[in-house]
Amino acid sequence: MGFNQQSTISNSCVKLKMNKRIYLARSPRIAARRLGEEMLVMSGQGSTLFTLNPTATILWQAADGATPLDEIVESRICSEFAVQPEEAMRDAEALAEDLAKHGILLISEQPIPKPATSVQESR
Amino acid sequence: MVIAIGGVAVRVNTGDADFLAMLEERYAGFVSGVAPAEFDFDVDLTAPAFADPDADVSVSHRAGRWFMERGDFRAEWDPATRRGWIRQSANPYSIDAVLRIVHTLVLVRQGGFLLHSASAVRNGKAFLFAGVSGAGKTTISRLAPPDATLLTDEISYVRKLNVSGLDAYVAFGTPFTGELAKLGENISAPLAALYLLAQGPENRIEPVVAADAGRELLANMLFFAGDQEMVHRAFEAACDFVDSVPVYRLTFLPDARVWEMIG
Repeated sequence: MGFNQQSTISNSCVKLKMNKRIYLARSPRIAARRLGEEMLVMSGQGSTLFTLNPTATILWQAADGATPLDEIVESRICSEFAVQPEEAMRDAEALAEDLAKHGILLISEQPIPKPATSVQESR
Repeated sequence: MVIAIGGVAVRVNTGDADFLAMLEERYAGFVSGVAPAEFDFDVDLTAPAFADPDADVSVSHRAGRWFMERGDFRAEWDPATRRGWIRQSANPYSIDAVLRIVHTLVLVRQGGFLLHSASAVRNGKAFLFAGVSGAGKTTISRLAPPDATLLTDEISYVRKLNVSGLDAYVAFGTPFTGELAKLGENISAPLAALYLLAQGPENRIEPVVAADAGRELLANMLFFAGDQEMVHRAFEAACDFVDSVPVYRLTFLPDARVWEMIG
């Protein structure tokens, strides 16, 4: 099972207009590891292995619970890909929701405090 | 009697002489009457009853104890006291399943695992040949030359050990057999490579990128516990393995020349 809905994002990044801010955090039920060029994540529930596409990998790596999604898109995604910023944000939101649906990310409209034992990418 | 696989010794306590004799034959080469054991299991034999051979095994962890169950057995194991019990009829298959489960649980805490793969030692180095049923594990085992020693044709035993101050992966022989129905030799050797098997029109070895290697290793790993911590440990074990052991795809014709490329 994988996430292949990769966004194509442009360098002409402008400040995104958001009605609300979204915060992402890594689920503590997930173990993650970069192997070569790919990020693999293992869900402890259901023993499901996911392979993150490059955009999902950026969201995973940046999901610190404190940085809003629009800032992640602006600072990490727009600098990496070539796409219109509105489209980038739209796709990033959809991707984040998909990752949350699979239990990989937590999403909130408020900053998400770090759990006592947060799961980190091990390499 | 003590059944020692991969250097992990399990004592099986039973008062049934016929069952004991059956186990001694089943695990020949892996049995010791006197060796100290890391774990003790009391076997409570019951009358044979119908059991679905395709039933799923259930493994759960509660209050520090492991509970294992399939249609043909129930078992419980307390790692803290190192004791457990198995309730089954007098057959070798139920205890075999329990041993596999217990070994996976022991191994994963040490970075090791059981793998659906054949394995063999040649020139002092061990090689794994992994694949699903039909991929060629039995074929590659059957084609092994006289100077290769078969560790298993079905379930490989991989431990992460500290050798001379360095972490190293070592493959051990197992009594877990496949179609060859031939027990592996009870020896071990450092692992040199994992080959992912595919049968094809020519013999060919190709490197496998790390992520593909990790995915395929996990797909072939024996793992029963749904416990989150253990799932994460198994994942880390697979990732650590592909970070340090070369993984190749071995496409081969079913003839002995394939072994000219191995070892």
